[in-house]
Amino acid sequence: MACNGTGCESGCYKDSTGDEVEKSSTKKLNGDVNGDGNHHRHQTTCLKCKAAEATIFTGGEGGSRFCADCFRSNLYGKFKLAVTSHAMISPTDKVLVAFSGGPSSRVALQFVSEMQLKSQKNFDATAIRDRSLPVFGVGVAFIDETELHPITCTDFNKAIEDIKEIVSNLSPTKKELHIVPIRNIYSTKTSDGSETLKNLINTVSDATGKEDLLSHLRMLSLQKIAIENGYTKLVLGSCTSRIACHVLAATVKGQGYSLAADIQYADARWEIPVVLPLRDCLIQELNILCSLDSLKIVEEFKDSRGGINGLVSSFVKLLQEENPSRECTIVRTAGKLTPFPFNKIPETNTDSNDVHLASQRRHKKFNLKPIESLPPDSFCPICNSPIRDLQSVTSFTNSQTTPELFGAACCSSCQYQILPEELSSMEEFYSFLPQSIIERARNGNQKWIREKIQDCLILDDEDEV
Amino acid sequence: MDGAHGGEKTKSRLCSICNQRRPALKRPKTLQQICRECFYVVFEEEIHSVIVNNKLFKPGERIAIGASGGKDSTVLAYVMSELNRRHNYGLDLFLLSVDEGITGYRDDSLETVKRNEIQYGLPLKVVSYKDLYGWTMDEIVKMIGLKNNCTFCGVFRRQALDRGAALLKVDKLVTGHNADDIAETVLLNILRGDIARLSRCTSIITGEDGPIPRCKPFKYTYEKEIFIKDLERIRPRAILDIIKSGEDFRIATSTKMPEQGTCQRCGYISSQKWCKACVLLEGLNRGLPKLGIGRTRGVNRKDDQHNDAKNIQSKPCGSLDF
Repeated sequence: MACNGTGCESGCYKDSTGDEVEKSSTKKLNGDVNGDGNHHRHQTTCLKCKAAEATIFTGGEGGSRFCADCFRSNLYGKFKLAVTSHAMISPTDKVLVAFSGGPSSRVALQFVSEMQLKSQKNFDATAIRDRSLPVFGVGVAFIDETELHPITCTDFNKAIEDIKEIVSNLSPTKKELHIVPIRNIYSTKTSDGSETLKNLINTVSDATGKEDLLSHLRMLSLQKIAIENGYTKLVLGSCTSRIACHVLAATVKGQGYSLAADIQYADARWEIPVVLPLRDCLIQELNILCSLDSLKIVEEFKDSRGGINGLVSSFVKLLQEENPSRECTIVRTAGKLTPFPFNKIPETNTDSNDVHLASQRRHKKFNLKPIESLPPDSFCPICNSPIRDLQSVTSFTNSQTTPELFGAACCSSCQYQILPEELSSMEEFYSFLPQSIIERARNGNQKWIREKIQDCLILDDEDEV
Repeated sequence: MDGAHGGEKTKSRLCSICNQRRPALKRPKTLQQICRECFYVVFEEEIHSVIVNNKLFKPGERIAIGASGGKDSTVLAYVMSELNRRHNYGLDLFLLSVDEGITGYRDDSLETVKRNEIQYGLPLKVVSYKDLYGWTMDEIVKMIGLKNNCTFCGVFRRQALDRGAALLKVDKLVTGHNADDIAETVLLNILRGDIARLSRCTSIITGEDGPIPRCKPFKYTYEKEIFIKDLERIRPRAILDIIKSGEDFRIATSTKMPEQGTCQRCGYISSQKWCKACVLLEGLNRGLPKLGIGRTRGVNRKDDQHNDAKNIQSKPCGSLDF
């Protein structure tokens, strides 16, 4: 019971699935022997501990071989480094993990939960002293999109049961699980969110545009859950492979300017900042971990990507097979693009707070380079990507928006692949949009505009002085 | 009315620009159905505005048109001569072709280029590998066999246009690189991780600091290639969107390019002491054709080999005043 998860699990794994893994590893080794026989003996030991036999071979940069324990700790290490060096999770946070059922978000969930367990242990150990840090909270969100991708009722119920089981099995503290249908992005007053949502998606003719619009709505939905339940961070399981696909897809869609915003560790342009702690992990590694630790995955909702996104992911997959570090190269190249000022977790303004000081003491401080670039003028109301040169920035002087004005405020990519061309269908499309998107068009991304002019604002309490 | 084409569509069957003639093609760029006459007009005017907006040329300049005999460069030759006349650019135009010296390979295309010479009244200069490097590709293949000879051909061709342009004493070189080529380069640079080249590969004039700037008036014009081809099938506009992305990438202006030097031997741009062509030539001339192909060997890495270089008498590559 009290035993620290990793140790005993690895033992169990060797008993159960050891044979299989060993078979595949010998196969790979045979290939190596042909290549250079002299090093045969060294090839079989784990690169990290140099003691145990390596059973796991990863691609990625250089390609490595690990024993199960080292593999696990290496992967967790990447996650932890990302979290600590970008201040993704602080002790006072309440973190919402977006769980899709797939391997990436499954591992994200696992790791966040492990981290919570560790900080709980720290808390318990130092509880007597008053300086101890609180333990951050964790919640899980699952967005139910079955009204758009119908699956059978039994499948759905089984999947939901699985998700509940996964979440309830996470130690130590109970985690709140939010299973929310995507139609909830419409305010509760409008009763028939489901119809409106279907209509909205159906007015989009481009297949890729449909997919992208849906993913924007998913983010909207996650943000809504986070806001309503008092979460302070949103954790996504986006891994290197996914991000590499996004780099190429965004390039192909003409989103070169806004691309840099989407692929950083942190993205605070949203109401609730979004963090990507698995940015440095390959999908292959995440898959290995899932099978190694028998992490349950929910397959029922696996989305098949079509259009440009599908084409790009199969292209990247092919490239990755040819050269196992290709995805890393793509993400590294795109990582050199200049990020936006919102691509870091904003400093919390709790100077007098002991907790903050304590967390500063505890956390290793990394020298994060300040991002010296101007914030963009505006954001696309549909995809929230920054827009460089806004022709229509003055369009919304009064608080009225029309379909035309709305269309003009969107980024060129959304204009092309999401907005309908004909005026009449554009009006329809506009009428089906959730209120929050219309708001965004009307007010711009208020959060950032507010932050830009913060120094000039007079706060209420300052008034009296 | 037009029985052969089914009644219901007759209304839309008119050129979407002039609304008079029957459309002859669907432009991949815009998906507009337009007639032959309008296509010429739009196409040529688009190229014209690219040239004007980017100030590609100044009056009185001598311009070499890289001509392979293929469709891109043939169209380029036509459009350049036509626009030069129509809009009084005041340019001295030349056709410049490279002959690799492969029996039966260039003959047809060189014929095409010669026809272009007459048709558009543009003087033609054919530079051969033999003239430039002292070796034809046939001779090179005889020397090194069928493996690796692409390395030679590729490296030599890269320089051949520049060398030919230097011989013609032109101010600029125009090539038929089109939107697909550039889109492909953008993607390749992302896949390769080359941020520096990514930052400049979409610019319409390259090599401005080098000896002879190259211009690509067809930057926004179309063509094809595998992944790109698939993309285009799903969404023709993707090609232009890739270029747009390439132009919009937020790349810090301080991004360092690999330092550009000149080859100590021939004066061509080179990041190493000797340019690749000179290294390869050195190998050929010394009877060590593998020099410069593998990873570990090479003149640039071994300074002491320098002395031997003087002994090479045969077939030197001419040094040029770039």
